[in-house]
Parts: sequence; C-alpha cells; structure tokens
Amino acid sequence: MTLLDFARGPALEASLFIFVAGVIWRCVGTLLLPWRLVRVEPRKGASSPWVAALKGVLVKLWPYDTFAKSGVVQFVNGYIFHAGFAVVFLLFAPHILFIKGVTGLSWPSLPNNVIMMIGVVTAASLVVALVFRVTSPVLRLISRVDDYISWFLTFLPVATGLMAAAHLGLRYETLLSLHILSFCALLVWFPFGKLMHAFLFAFSRAVTGVRMGQRGAAI
Amino acid sequence: MTAKTTAAGVPYDAQGDMSDADRRSAAMRGFLHEFGAVAAAHLETCVRCGMCANACHFYVATKNPDYTPINKLRPFEQAYNRHAGPFAPIFRLLGIAPKVTVTELEEWERLIYDACTLCGRCTLACPMGIDIAELIKEARHGMYKAGLVPDRLQLMDRTARAWGSPATPADDFADIIREAGEQHGIEMNVDLEKADYLVTVAPAELTDHTKALADIARILNKIGASWTYHSEGFEASNIGYINGDIELQKAMTLRLIETAKKIGAHTLILPECGHAYGAARWEAGRWYDGKLPTRIIHMTEFLQETVISGKVKLNPINCTVSFHDPCQLVRRGGVRQAPRDVLKALGTELKELENHGDLAWCCGGGGGVVSNTRADPIRFKAFQIKQREVEDAGAERFVTACGQCRITLTQGAKHFKWDRKVESLLELVADNLAD
Repeated sequence: MTLLDFARGPALEASLFIFVAGVIWRCVGTLLLPWRLVRVEPRKGASSPWVAALKGVLVKLWPYDTFAKSGVVQFVNGYIFHAGFAVVFLLFAPHILFIKGVTGLSWPSLPNNVIMMIGVVTAASLVVALVFRVTSPVLRLISRVDDYISWFLTFLPVATGLMAAAHLGLRYETLLSLHILSFCALLVWFPFGKLMHAFLFAFSRAVTGVRMGQRGAAI
Repeated sequence: MTAKTTAAGVPYDAQGDMSDADRRSAAMRGFLHEFGAVAAAHLETCVRCGMCANACHFYVATKNPDYTPINKLRPFEQAYNRHAGPFAPIFRLLGIAPKVTVTELEEWERLIYDACTLCGRCTLACPMGIDIAELIKEARHGMYKAGLVPDRLQLMDRTARAWGSPATPADDFADIIREAGEQHGIEMNVDLEKADYLVTVAPAELTDHTKALADIARILNKIGASWTYHSEGFEASNIGYINGDIELQKAMTLRLIETAKKIGAHTLILPECGHAYGAARWEAGRWYDGKLPTRIIHMTEFLQETVISGKVKLNPINCTVSFHDPCQLVRRGGVRQAPRDVLKALGTELKELENHGDLAWCCGGGGGVVSNTRADPIRFKAFQIKQREVEDAGAERFVTACGQCRITLTQGAKHFKWDRKVESLLELVADNLAD
C-alpha cells in the first residue's frame, strides 16, 4: 500500500468516522443537557421565538458600528479565511471529483488559477489571524492550546494543497498524500476543539436571540 | 469575614470557615447547577476572538487584558470542560482539563464581581451570540456557594436575608414612607389591604433618594389610582440576583409577587432600578412557570403609559437633555423608547450620547459594583467614558431612570469635581405635573 493509498483509504475513512461520530457526540452532549429555560411573558409586540432565533443568527453576521470601529479588520479577515476555505474546498475541480467519488454528487468548478489565487489569499488571511493572536495582549491572554492547534490544522491543508497544486518541493503523489493526510488530521481534531463552532454557533446565537427577543431587547 | 490577598497579591474576601477543598467543592456544585444546554451552547462556541474586550468599559478604561469579558469566565469554563462538557470524562482521563483550584477562584473573585456590571455590552459584541453577562451571573452562583463574594456585597446579602431589604428592616418601612410623605407634603398609602397598584422601592430611595418615594405617590394620587406601598413586599432591588444567591433571589421575588397577589394588585410597579427589572420582570418566571399573577412594569414604563394615555399632563421644561440608558432597563430589558417618550412629553430636546440606547456605555456601577468599594478605582476610570460622552453631547440636563446609575454617576462626578447633576426621570415628571 502506497502512502497515497493509505491516505485515500483507511486514513480518510477512519478520520471521517471520528469526525462524524465526534460531531454528533459533541452536539448531542451539549444540547441534551437540561434546557432550564426561564419562561417569561414576552413584551407586547415581541418577535415569536422562532423569528427571534433567526434574528439572533442573522444579526451577528456583522458587528454593530461601534464594535466594528475596533474590530473590523479582524472581522473581515475572519470572513476572508472562512469564505476562502469554503470556496477552495467546494469549488476546486479535483475536490469535486473526490466528493463525487464518495457521495455521487457533483457541481461546476472554478478555474484552477482562480482557486490558486483564492488559496493564497486564504493562507495569507490565516497568517494574519495568527499574527493578531500572538501580538494582541488580549488574544494572547485568552488563547488556549486549542486555538493554536486549530489554526495549525486549518492552515496545513491549505498550505499542502497549494504546494501540491503548484508541484512545489516533493513528488506530486507525496504532496497529494500529505495534503489528504493533513485534511484527515483536521477532521480528527474538528470535534474536539473550537472548530466545532461551525456547528454550534447557530444554537448559541439562536438562544440569545430568543432570550433577548422576548424582552424586545437588542440581540 | 476576612480581607485577604492571594500569593500573587490579588485581593479577595472570603466568608465562612471552610477548608480549601470544601470551598472548591462548593463552587463546583454551584457552577454545575448552572450548566444547562443554554450555558453549554455558549461555552462550547467561543472562538477566542477577543471582540468582547472593546465592548467592556473596564477594559476600555484601563486596557488591562484581564478585564476581557470572556477571561472573567475562565474558572467557570474550566469547570464546564472538566465536569459537564461532552468530552469531560476523556479530558479528565488525559489530564487536559485541569481542576479549578481554590486560588484561581480567589483570584477570579475580583473579575467576576469587581470588574463586571452585568451590563451585557459584551453580549452584543460577541459574534457567536454568547451571552457573557448571563454566564457571569451564573458563575456568581458558584462563587456565592464557595463564600467568595466581596464582603460588602455579602453584608448586603445577610442584611436582606434578615430584614427583607439591605437598607431597612421591614418593621421600619411604613414609618419611612409616612415620614417621606410628611416631608414632601404628599398623602401616602402604606399597607392597604387592597389596591390596584403595588409600588415597590430600591435601597437608594430609602437612603439617598427619598424624594422619589413621594414623587410616585404624587403621580398616582394625581391620576386617582388605587395604590399602596406594603411592608410585606417592598424591596425590589434583588441583591440575591446580583450576588448569585439564588435562594435569596427567589425569596425576594416571591415576597413582592405574593404581596401583589394578596392585595389584588393588577400591576406591580418596580422602582427606578435596573436590576430590579431584570430580577422581577425577566426572572420571576423561574418560580411561576411564566404565568405571573400580576403585571410587572418598571417605573419608566408606568410613566410612559401614564403620559401617553393623557392621564397626566406635563408642563414643558424646554431644555436640552441627555439620557443615560440603564443597561438592565434598556440593553437587557428592551425599555428603549419609554424614557424617550417621557422626555419628549416633558418638552425637552434630546441630545443623544454618542453610544446610546442598546449600545450605551454602562455607568460602571451595576451588578453590585457601586456597593463594592474595592472596585472604586476601576469604576471611576470607567465613569470617565460617560463623562466625556455627556460633555460632547452638550445638553443642559443629564437624566437617567435608575437610582444605582444615578448614585454611580453622582459619585463619579464628585470624584472628578465634575459640575453636573444627575437627575431622575421620575422626579422630572413629578416636578412638572400640570394642574
């Protein structure tokens, strides 16, 4: 079995299993705790809980102006690497072929040079995020090991992907194997660290939306 | 009660004669009590972006990273990861989630009590929607159980448990009300057996702002309402809610509502006090399953409905006014428009502060901070944010609708020899009733 066979085969299968099982476990373990909602008589004219929950999710897509003044660069940078990662993952032709192989689903891709450019921007944006983290006294204080592991394991597939696409350094098959293995590492870590916000953010925003929405207060 | 410092020189107070192990266990039990799905969804979602720092007046005023709101929750979060999170058993096994030590709890006392007013500005700033203010309030429950509360707040707690109020024994309440009536020439109702409105008070009104006791009476008499103060249920500022003493919070809430029920009051009027609103209006449902036997409104809402309905007419005062939005009333309570409607009815021109309404800066004294003298240095620094905004707005008068905010801002003004009076919306209305 070659390294590439291992990466595409057992490594990917095992990491996908850990990812799916871990995500379900963490979501269930979080959301099956007692809800202990405080029932209140809502303010007259307050949004229904479902509308307030949706508002909670949507309002947080952009900060209030007063908070954007101090955090807009960080906020925009966050959007850049999230969007960049998603575009590269979902719209790169080889990725789509790979996903088709697993799920049977496929969709149009973006040209390779566009993907390359977005990949470079994504990697640069992740570096900026790291620079923020290590240079800001606030971020240094509140950061955990999880933040650095999550950063590294997000950066690694982007970096190895760019290297593989550009045929930089090692043999293509080796680079491709390392790229897939780095993605496997990301999948394995995903349920255990802060990357889970990708699933849990909606709950967090929604419950605050409901709590404040019934009061007629800002979300 | 003792005033101590940790090995790192951090001051803390500790109550009770507990061993470190017992204190720690008590804190953990208190924390665990709060770890429901809502708190968990919040604690699981933080990405440590630090956006909450610049929303906090204590961080902005001092630039001390310790005051980053999410940092104030570190022991609470650590306890969650070790004892309640989905991977807690694995984390414990691998030693990834360390025990919260009693020293950490002692050190965090100043962050959880001294450096948080529960104002919720950080909640609005959090891109993940984490209700940090609520989590800190929940963390206070564990701290209270562990006997790690600032002495001054603990003293108020004990007094409220003994007297029913941190300001005065219930036995003296009726006399205070009658004296306030005599002093201001207003007919007072106290301990009536039946009334439509039960009027409640905050400690500030029993000490610094006694005129407010007569002011609401003046308005209720003017509209011919059936109303009363009542010795069995008068204290609305809920020190249990602030300290994390849930048993006291429950007792104080029930005392008010059961008194309203007993006298047949359709409406319970809360005083000009922000936390009273948070405790009674939004948390009484904990013990009534959402179906309260009486309507609970804040003084400002009462003023709004009385003015808007035309039950009282006001003499215009024709001046410019800036309004300080009390956090628990506006940002956490949704009473955004009511004070503005009342100020408009008073014929004032509102000059809004740069950050106003939902996004207003806290006075710096909420959540018990104004009563916790240990927090004075950072409270005064935070006050300067508001001072600058008021000066920039350039209005002739400065008004608010919370007695604690008023005391905090007045103390700040005195500290900096700032020649501005902080006025009460209730007093403005009462002083300008048209004949």
